[in-house]
Parts: sequence; C-alpha cells; structure tokens
Amino acid sequence: MRTARRIASRFAQMVFVLWAVATILFLVFRLMPGNPLVAYIDPTFTEEQQQELLQRFGLDRPLHEQYVIYLGNLLRGDLGDSFFYRDSVTSLLWDVFPNTLALTMVALIIAYVIGVLLGALLAWLRTSRFEGIAIPLVLLSRAAPEFWLGMILLAIFSFQLGWFPAGGAFTAGSEAAVGPGRFFSLDFLRHLFLPALTLAIYLHGLPLLLMRSNMLETLKEDFVTMARMKGLSTWSVLVRHAARNALLPVLTAFALGIGYSIGGNVVVETVFSWPGIGRLLVRAVSASDYPLAQGAFLMIAAVMVFMNFVADLLYNVLDPRVSQDA
Amino acid sequence: MPEQTVRIRPSRRQAFLRSLRELGHVLISDRYAFTGALVYVAFIVVAALAGVLAPYEPTEILFTPDGMLAGDLPPSADHPLGTTSLGRDIYSQLLYGTRSALLVGLVAAFFVVAIGTLVGLVAGYMGGIVDTILMRITDIAFGIPFLPFVIVLSAFLEPSIWNVVLAMSLILWRDTGRVIRSQVLTVKHRSFIEAARVSGSSTARILFVHIAPNVLPISLLYGSIAVGWAILTEASISFLGFGATDQISWGYMLQDAYLSQALSRGAWHWFVPPGLAIVVIVVAGFFISRGYEDILFPKLKD
Repeated sequence: MRTARRIASRFAQMVFVLWAVATILFLVFRLMPGNPLVAYIDPTFTEEQQQELLQRFGLDRPLHEQYVIYLGNLLRGDLGDSFFYRDSVTSLLWDVFPNTLALTMVALIIAYVIGVLLGALLAWLRTSRFEGIAIPLVLLSRAAPEFWLGMILLAIFSFQLGWFPAGGAFTAGSEAAVGPGRFFSLDFLRHLFLPALTLAIYLHGLPLLLMRSNMLETLKEDFVTMARMKGLSTWSVLVRHAARNALLPVLTAFALGIGYSIGGNVVVETVFSWPGIGRLLVRAVSASDYPLAQGAFLMIAAVMVFMNFVADLLYNVLDPRVSQDA
Repeated sequence: MPEQTVRIRPSRRQAFLRSLRELGHVLISDRYAFTGALVYVAFIVVAALAGVLAPYEPTEILFTPDGMLAGDLPPSADHPLGTTSLGRDIYSQLLYGTRSALLVGLVAAFFVVAIGTLVGLVAGYMGGIVDTILMRITDIAFGIPFLPFVIVLSAFLEPSIWNVVLAMSLILWRDTGRVIRSQVLTVKHRSFIEAARVSGSSTARILFVHIAPNVLPISLLYGSIAVGWAILTEASISFLGFGATDQISWGYMLQDAYLSQALSRGAWHWFVPPGLAIVVIVVAGFFISRGYEDILFPKLKD
C-alpha cells in the first residue's frame, strides 16, 4: 500500500513539473521583445495561413485565454507549424525522434556495459597501482567536451583513415533509408558508429565510478563476509552476491541517463550532422523558428521528466530497504 | 557521513575562518588537490598576462610581407600554432581564451553555489511551507534540460558570455540546494543551534553564523565542480554558434575550426589545443574537488 501511495505521489509530482515547465516556456516565448504574434506567425505566411493560426492559438485574445488554449493544444499534441519547414511541428519531431533514441540507447548501453565491468574490476583490484592510472583517465574522459572528442574522432577515423562517413544517418539517396528496417541496415550502423562512440566515451565514467564505489561498500557488508566464510568461490562472491547489490544505483543512473542524454546530445548531433531532435532544436533557434524550437524543447523536457520518474520508481521498487522505510 | 564535518565548536565567529583554513590545508596536503590548484594558478597568470604574452591581437587579421592574407599558415616561429583561415594567430587566441573561460567559470560557479546554498539553508532550517515551496521549485529546475534551455534562452538574448552565467544561475543551483538542505536537516537539531535559539539569536544569525560554517565545505565542493561545468557549457554554446562574437573563447575557436574545414584538412594545430586547454582546466577542478571529498567523506579513503 505504501509503495502504491508513493508511486501515485511521484506521478502527481511528474505531472506538476511538466505543467510548470510548459508554463515557463509559454511565458518565455510570450515575453519575447516585439510582436507577441511572432511566436507562431511568420511574416511570410499568407494572409489565410495567418488568420488560421490566429484562430488556432487564439492569438487575438488576452494572455490568460491564450494560455488555456496553449495547454489544450499541448494536450492534443498540437505544437503549431514550423516556419522553416512549413509542416506540423509534431510530425517533424516524430520524424527525427527515432534517430535520437537510437543514438542515445546504443551509446548508453555500450557505456554502461563497459563502465560496470571496469568499475567492478577496479573495485576488486583496489590496492593495485592500476587504479592510480585508471581513475585520472576516467576523469579525463569526463572533462573533455563531447563535441571536441567528436571532432578528434572525425578527423582521425573519417578524414584521415576514411573508415566512417563524416556525418548524417544515411548515405544520401540510399535505398535503405525508409521503413523500420533502416535502423538495422549496415549503412545506418556505419553512420551511427562515431557519434555513439563519442557519447559512450563521455558517458562511461559515471557508471564506472558508481559501480566501483558501490562494490567497495558492498564488499565490506556482512552478507559478503558470510558468503566468503561459507567457502564460496571468489567469482561467485563477486558476481552473485556483491555485484547484484551494487548494480541497483547503476540501474537508476541508467534511467536518469536516458533523460539527460537526450537533452545533452545536442552538441554531438551537431558535430556529426545527426538528424536528431537536438540538431533540430539548434537549427530552429538559429533560424528563429519559434514553434519548432518550443516543440523540440518541450519534447526533450518531457522525456527527461518522465525518465526521472522511472528512475525513482526503479529505486523504490527494487531496493527493499527504501520501499519498506518509505 | 556528517559526523566528521559537523563538530560542536566553541566560537561561532571563528568557525568560518577555521572552515576556510581547513580547506586551505587540503589544497596543500592532498596531492591531487595541490596539482589542481597549481593548474588554476597557472591559468590565472596566463589570463592576467594575455596582453603581454600574446604576440598578436586575437582578432587581428594578419597579412604576409607581400600583402597577401596570412590565412591557414602552418605552425612556424612567427605563429607557434599557425593561423586561422581568416589570418588570425591561433596561439594568441588560445592565450586570450583563458580569460573568458575563467571569467565564465568562476562567476557562474559563484552564483550557482551561492543560490544553491541559500535555498538549501532556508529550506532546511525553516521547514514547513517555505521548505515545500522551495523544494517544488527545485523539482521544476530538475525538470528543465539544461543545454537546450541555454540554447532557447540565447534565441532571445543578445549573444554574450553572460547568457551562460545567467542560465547556470537559473538552473544549476538545484543539486547544491538539495544537498545543502539535507545537510542542514542533520545539523539543525544539535544542541548548539538550540542554545542559540533559546538565547534569542535572530533567524538570520542562526542561519549564517551558526549553520552556514557547517555546510561551507560541501558548497565549495560543488563550486569546484561547477567551474568546470560552466567552462564546458560556455564552450558548447559557442561551438553551436550562440556564444559571444566580440570575445575570443575556446568554444568559438573550435567552432571556427570546424566550420573552416580544419578537420578534413588535418589542421591539428588548430583544433587540438583549445580542447586540451578545456580538458586541463576542468580536470584541475575535479582534482580539487577530490581533495575536498576526502575530508568530507573520509571513509572513501581506504
């Protein structure tokens, strides 16, 4: 019961935060200098289009009525029309979202598999000299700007060696670029490799450090000593007892990581001309395409807030100590 | 975790000083923290002397003796890192870039930590409705994707390095705020706080004289990480083309190199040094924070 109530209250909190973020965005775009209509209507739209948008978003009404209409449209998924692409913002966003999701998930999975394994290894070898080299190296990988790492990899593997394409998600005019099967085509994977590697190098540090410190903690706990005393093998103690318990916070970090990466991918998507939601946001802002910028921001924020919620659930449901205390 | 840092001290007035002295001691005694501090000193010296050290003005367009544009020159004695496509000296730009990096980094970190500490102190000590409101605001700050927010903000503001500082001050206090609040919760029922309250100290006095010294080390820990964050953010924003155009920064240099096809031409001397400079200064911040962590969380040492 307690768990159910906690989940319900966390869900209410998520809805509240989403509403607050949408409201802040509404105010930011309305407080903009100049004509308030510029948020939705490009001067080059035809008279008819302008009238239609004026109606749809109630732009001729007072601010509080506009706000109600805005929230209603949001709930229906209507984010207006892009100035630049002359198309519905919602459909533009859904077009590129799978690309961002593919990039994020592939990079995160690689980063977490490598991070968890290396972290566990480092915890096991904690007294060795190896750690004195490994930890500063991990810190280095977290200090390098992602876009710069991407530039270096591009210069080496794309321009010098010519092993990978320099940008985009598909070769122009390639047959494979349609249908859901496109995400498994060799062409797509070749384009995905460098941006995913860049992100993975940046992202692996967190699970590594988390796993290491959790393992160090768990290895000191009674049940591990108990398992050792029972005469279980090192491998069994390490993997079946210690690692399982140390993994929980890493899993939570993974869920959070999905949310944060989708927002943080902006620069990597730009370096590799990856047709994702972050690059769309950058282009929209550069071109003063306000409806598209607003829509892309809201979508990134929604994913992040939702993943925060999921991470909290994971933490509550999977950790018996938390779910009982709460 | 708080047992080691929260000690009952006889004189509150000296607590701040002692707290600071403790941190100064860490900088000297911890090998990592000392290295980090040295790097910072070196960068500050370079920033201060950029005008003297740099052979050229960073935005000056240079010409060869025979009147041609000195663009895309390889490294030479005249130009240790060569020149940009527009004929500007890369080495001079690198030196001047230290200024915007340090300025943005230190100012943004100051605001992030000051706001976060204030929110945490007030929320933790006051409790009740004040706490609830402040924590809901913190939840909202956690719901705003940071980099996209800076980008959207720069759509409406004039390009300037202060946009990054503003955006960080608006959003990134959230982590410090939560941590400081939980730390205050562990301190506020201790006897010396009760004593101060009973003897009629004002709320402000209790907050800033009695409680604040106990959370100062954590604030500084978050501050030393925030400096790196600010520098990375400024670089990303400049790289995306939303940065200041009147001031040379490392992010701007990297954007310039990227857009001028430096990658495909293999002009390593152009796009490697600014990135390395960022890495070094951010790692220095990490090293300093590592030293603080050792006194804050001593059990990690073994």
